[in-house]
Order: sequence, then structure tokens, then C-alpha cells
Amino acid sequence: MADITLLADALVRSTPLILAGLAVALAFRGGVFNLGAEGQLMMGAAASAAISIKLAPLMGPSVIVVSLGGGAVAGALWAGIAAELKRRFHVLEIISTIMLNFIAIHLVSFLVRGPMQEPTRIYPQTESLADSARLPIIIPGTRLHAGLILAVLLAVCLHWIFKHTAAGFRVRALGAGPNAARSAGQIDIAVLSWRVFVMSGAIAGLAGAIEVSGVTFALYENISPGYGYTAIAVALIAGLNPLGVIASGVFFGVLETAALALQRDFGIPSSIASMVEALLILVTLALAGLRGYLAFLAPRERTA
Amino acid sequence: MSAVQAFLEGTIRTATPLAFAALGETVVERAGIINIGLEGAIIAGAMGGFTAAGAAGTWAGFAGAGIAGLFVAVVFAFFAIRLRADQIITGTAITLFFLGATATLYRQLYGVTGAALTSPTMPVTPIPLLSSIPVIGQPLFAQPAITYLLYVLIPCVWWCMYRTHFGLGLRASGESAKAAQAAGVPVSRIRFIAVLFGGLLGGIAGGVLVIAQAGSFAEGMSAGRGFIAIAVVVLGRWHPLGVVAAALVFAAASALQYLFQAMGWNIPYQTFLALPYVLTLLGLAGIAGKATAPAALGQWQS
Repeated sequence: MADITLLADALVRSTPLILAGLAVALAFRGGVFNLGAEGQLMMGAAASAAISIKLAPLMGPSVIVVSLGGGAVAGALWAGIAAELKRRFHVLEIISTIMLNFIAIHLVSFLVRGPMQEPTRIYPQTESLADSARLPIIIPGTRLHAGLILAVLLAVCLHWIFKHTAAGFRVRALGAGPNAARSAGQIDIAVLSWRVFVMSGAIAGLAGAIEVSGVTFALYENISPGYGYTAIAVALIAGLNPLGVIASGVFFGVLETAALALQRDFGIPSSIASMVEALLILVTLALAGLRGYLAFLAPRERTA
Repeated sequence: MSAVQAFLEGTIRTATPLAFAALGETVVERAGIINIGLEGAIIAGAMGGFTAAGAAGTWAGFAGAGIAGLFVAVVFAFFAIRLRADQIITGTAITLFFLGATATLYRQLYGVTGAALTSPTMPVTPIPLLSSIPVIGQPLFAQPAITYLLYVLIPCVWWCMYRTHFGLGLRASGESAKAAQAAGVPVSRIRFIAVLFGGLLGGIAGGVLVIAQAGSFAEGMSAGRGFIAIAVVVLGRWHPLGVVAAALVFAAASALQYLFQAMGWNIPYQTFLALPYVLTLLGLAGIAGKATAPAALGQWQS
């Protein structure tokens, strides 16, 4: 039984990593350097918590759909700021998304100490979500919730879109560089990259909403231990392939769960996991550099 | 000290680490490389500075900070210049790695609890005469000695960039690596040196945070300054003097909070914490279309 609990814990940890990893993979595939999954996830979590708390008494179980949808919209809007700054003012998204991550952290900090704080006003967090606003548990006796199924379904959908639809082809062409996109024809580069950016934000926002509705059941400041940054490693190790993201998301979920256990049992700092993740990105880069087999990592044209 | 002097002092204090980091990144970007790993160099510098200052005093601390920054730069240069890996992804990975590595080292060396350990701090050394100029004398010339190093460094970087053979090669590498190479400029070597210089200054910027300001190390204390510094380079239009001016404007806008607080305005404190990041976004949007990056920035061809 203990084994099942451990495995379930690892999969619980994997769920936001898969979702945020899909967000990053979609963005990078489309040539958008969205490093802001962290902030988009936080905003998704905040919106989802607000919706669940306000509407659960009025709506019953259907609130979960509205709450997850609201989280995705919030993530899309947060990414939309960076997408608009890029489209109108040519602001590098690498900088703007990182700035928005820090702003999101301080915004959530303000919310959970101000307008959204729990009624007794002691703890810097919201009240707990009603049972009707929580995602169902899929293995009884564990914390594993239906969010994992949503994450896997979304990965399969994205894979299918990339492989079999015109939209997916255009996104891949965009990621291969502006010249490839122009040769592929019928592509308005600015509009398409804006859409990819916002969609990517929506997926990251959904990750935050699922985390609130499935795991934490409340919003608080440190709701994400850097899921949005680990997601960059998840996406790159998977070669930006949505199905690969499932595997690498689970791998990093296991890694981080193990690191937490090592800290608990042996006092080894859990931050060692983030070192390993970054190291794996560097190893991937080195292999790509030596063998040239990952085309998406090749040097490309960029606008300032 | 008057509110105006507190504001000016706050401006210089915020600008110092930013200007160090941004000045270094200016040189890097003029050579045609964008180093997003700057944030990693700053946090490594903070950790290196903290350790070395605790062992051997403040100047040793800055040496340690610089060496730590250099080390980060060597790793970046290996991937971005030697292997020609994507600069953005390399820089991101390096930042993530050194944020994790410094946190791990700090917890391992000083305990998981992260008790507030202190490092020696560099005292304020007022410069005679200059520091007695009314209003601006105290804020500008009653600073820790490392700030004066920055004052000296600014004209040196400008001179080196615009008045030397090396500087010409550097700017040529950033505008067209191919043309520069054809003209006999050792592009890779120049870029390597530029990246090392950027790492050195990034490390010192981290050292400033610990040794001249906070007096202690905290996980993630770089708090996005590397990315803000990269934005400051854009705002300063890739010119050393412009970049320093941009760092000052940015720091002044951030230091407005001291004036607001002095006036007793009732604003949530998170507003002040978020202010630098909002200002960065506004600044970047504001210069839309007016700044031209080095033509070969982030590319290998052309």
C-alpha cells in the first residue's frame, strides 16, 4: 500500500509538470520563448480559487468546469500581456514573461493577505474549497486526482493537432523560422505567434487551476515550487513532443518527489532536484550541439 | 537626511548592482551574444561573495564574487560559443542551475533552516570634499568603495569599446560576424572574452547585493535582477553611457517608494515589491521601435 501512495504522490507532482510542460512545448514549437509558465500558472490558480469560492454554493458540481475554464482564461490573459507587448512594441518575451512571473507572485501575495484572505484573517491563504469544487480522486486512499487524466488527454490532443491538422503544421513551420513559415504560405506570422503565446498561457493557467482544485484546495503564496521553470526542462527533454512531455513530466515528478523524501529522511537539500533538471537541459544541448539531431535547438533568426 | 537625499541615496544603491550587471551585459551583447545566464552569474556571485567575505573580508568577498561569476560565464561560453547551442536555452538552463546550486550549497554549508547568517559588510567611505557638495554629495560620494570602482569602470568600458582596436573588433562581431571574420577579426575569441567580462561584472553585482547591501545571503536573492539588467541594456540602447543612464532612471523610479513611504501613503507593500518589474515592462514598451539591437545578436550566421 505504501508503494501505491508513493507512486500516487509522484503522479500528483507530475500533473502540473506535464500541463506546464505542454504549455512550454507548444510555445517553443511555435518559436515563442514563453518563460512565464510560472506566472501564468499562479494566475490560473488565483482565478480558479476565486471562482470556486464564490460560485460553489450557487452552482453545485458544475462549478469545477467553470473554475478550470476560468483558470485557463486567466493564464491566457496573463500571457496575453506579454503577447501584446511583443506584437505592438516588439518587447522580448524572455524578459517580459519573467517580469510577469515576479508580478504574479506579488499579486497572489497581495490577494491572500487582502481581498481573498480566509475569514479569520490569520493565515495568508484563502478559505478551503467546498467538496463540490474539488476534482475527484481516481485511486481511493491516495491523493491522485482526475487532473492527471486531463493532462494526458490534453497531451494526446496536442500531439494529434501537431501531426494531423493544418493549424499544427503552421505552428511547426513558425517554429522552424520565419523563412520556413513564409515558404509554407498562408501564414500571418504575427497573428499565429500571438495565438500560440496565448494558448500556451491558457494551458499553464489550467495547470494552476487543476493544482488548486485537485491538490491544495486553497490559494497561498508558495502554491508553485517552481513548476513553471521545471516545465522548461520537461518540455526540452521531451524534444517538445507532447507525448514525450507525459513521460518526462512523470520522470521529473518522480525526481522531485524523491528529492523531497531525501530531504525529509537524510537532510539532503531538495533544491538538488532543480540542479539535476538544469543539468539535464545542458546535457541535451551538448548532445544536440555534438550530433545536430534536434533541429529545434539549432541557431535561428530572431527579432529584438 | 532629507527625503530627497534618501531618495537619491536609494537610487544609487539600487542602481549600483544593476549598472555593474548591465554594463557587463552591454559588452556581451555588442559582441553579438545574449547571455540570459546573467541571473545565474549574479546569484553565484552573491554566494561566492558571501563565502569569501566571511572567510577573508570584504575585498576578498568581491574577488570571490567575481570568480564565481567568471565560472558561470565559462560554462555559458562553452555551450553558447564552443558548441554553438541556442543562447536563450543555454542561458535559461544556466540560470536555473545556479539558482538550484546556490540554494543547495547554502543549505548544505549553513544548514537547512537557512538561519540568517551575516557576512562582513563594506563600510561607507566618504570622499573628502566631493561628499560635502550640497544635496548630491552625500548620495553620490558617501558610498561603499565598490561603488567608486563602478564610477571608474564606466568611462573605461566606453573608452575600450569606442577608442580601441579591440572595441572595434567587438562591435564588428556584434554587427556581422561573417564580415568581421572575413576582415580577420577573431570573432570567437572576442566573444569569449566579452562573455567572461560580463560574467565577472555579473558576479560582482551579486557581491554588491551581499557585501555592500544585505549583509547576508538568501536563496534566490538575485530576484530577477539579471533579467532587469538585460532590459536596462535595451533601454540604454546598447551604449555603455546610455545603459548607465537607464540604470539610474530605473533605480530612481524604483526609489520613488521611499518618497511615497515618507509621505505616508497607504499602498499595499506588494505594490512596491512588484514595482521594478512593472517599470521594466513599461520601459521596454516605451522605447518601442526606437532601439536597434546589434544586427548579429543571438545568431551565428550573417
